[in-house]
Amino acid sequence: MTPNDETEIRRRQKSRSLVMALLLGAFVILMFAITISKIKAGMHP
Amino acid sequence: MTSADTPLTLPAEWRDFLALTKPRVMTLVVFTGLCGMLAAPVSIDPVLGFTAILCIALGAGAAGALNQWYEADIDAVMKRTQGRPLPAGRMDRQAALHFGVGLAIFSVVLMGLAVNYAAAGILTISILFYVLVYTVWLKRRTPQNIRTGGGFGAFPPLIGWAAATGQVALLPLLLFATVFLWTPPHFWALALFIRMDYANAGVPMLPVVAGERVTRTQIGLYTIPMALAAVAPWPLGLTGPIYGVSATVLSAIFGVMALQVATRTTRDGDKMLPEKRLFKFSLAYLALIFAAVVADRWMV
Repeated sequence: MTPNDETEIRRRQKSRSLVMALLLGAFVILMFAITISKIKAGMHP
Repeated sequence: MTSADTPLTLPAEWRDFLALTKPRVMTLVVFTGLCGMLAAPVSIDPVLGFTAILCIALGAGAAGALNQWYEADIDAVMKRTQGRPLPAGRMDRQAALHFGVGLAIFSVVLMGLAVNYAAAGILTISILFYVLVYTVWLKRRTPQNIRTGGGFGAFPPLIGWAAATGQVALLPLLLFATVFLWTPPHFWALALFIRMDYANAGVPMLPVVAGERVTRTQIGLYTIPMALAAVAPWPLGLTGPIYGVSATVLSAIFGVMALQVATRTTRDGDKMLPEKRLFKFSLAYLALIFAAVVADRWMV
């Protein structure tokens, strides 16, 4: 494996990690919003 | 060794995972699912509605990924699909399999817990139908492949409706039937002008195994029940005139184009323009039918 390959692997790992972090963040927000909706529906059926 | 089997050292890019989900197919699925939801007689909480559409999109993406995982060898010999992540050697098959299975489970569990179990059940059936019945069982074995494969694209309006109401009714079933019957003429029109691609890949599409004449006749014949299913909600009193007139006019145009394709024969150097026109119009037809059902529900 050449140094260029290693740089490319790191770059790809970094971009995948960034996307995964964004998706996890979005998932947390979605879960929070779903919870609020369910609570509201429970309070006002 | 094919490019699909080439060992990889580089991890796949996130864009390749996105490409694995067939984003363009997903767009149509999201649109028809959203229309099914908006056509329902009850409204759904916006957050839960968004979640349901997200689950439909993720389920479709999962089915697309598993389809590409299973069909990497076919994709490698077809011009239209050679650039996909697996045949192009940008991703290994195991990563595609794990991604597809994980996404499918995630979409179904989220739909069940956040929306309702009826929608989750239909979503599960649609994914299994596309992956097991269409991709694994029928696609390589029989020219009936597209007749049944159409079922997958037909599920989203049912899922959208079930997400809003918790049950299934006649209107979404007729929308299901419309998409189901629309799929063969749509794909056979495509297959007529890329027939050699399918032949080279060994996929038994109708023009490859039964010939062009039979395919053209079948396009014409399928258009009749498709148009009947599309127009039926109006006389049955399930929709109003906005949908009824739109569906009638659109189906009549579809019928004329299909008749043109059904009655002609390919000549030397034929550019297949009527087939290409029918293929393009069929996409607009479906989009407009669904837009009309929503307009009818909200504008009357």
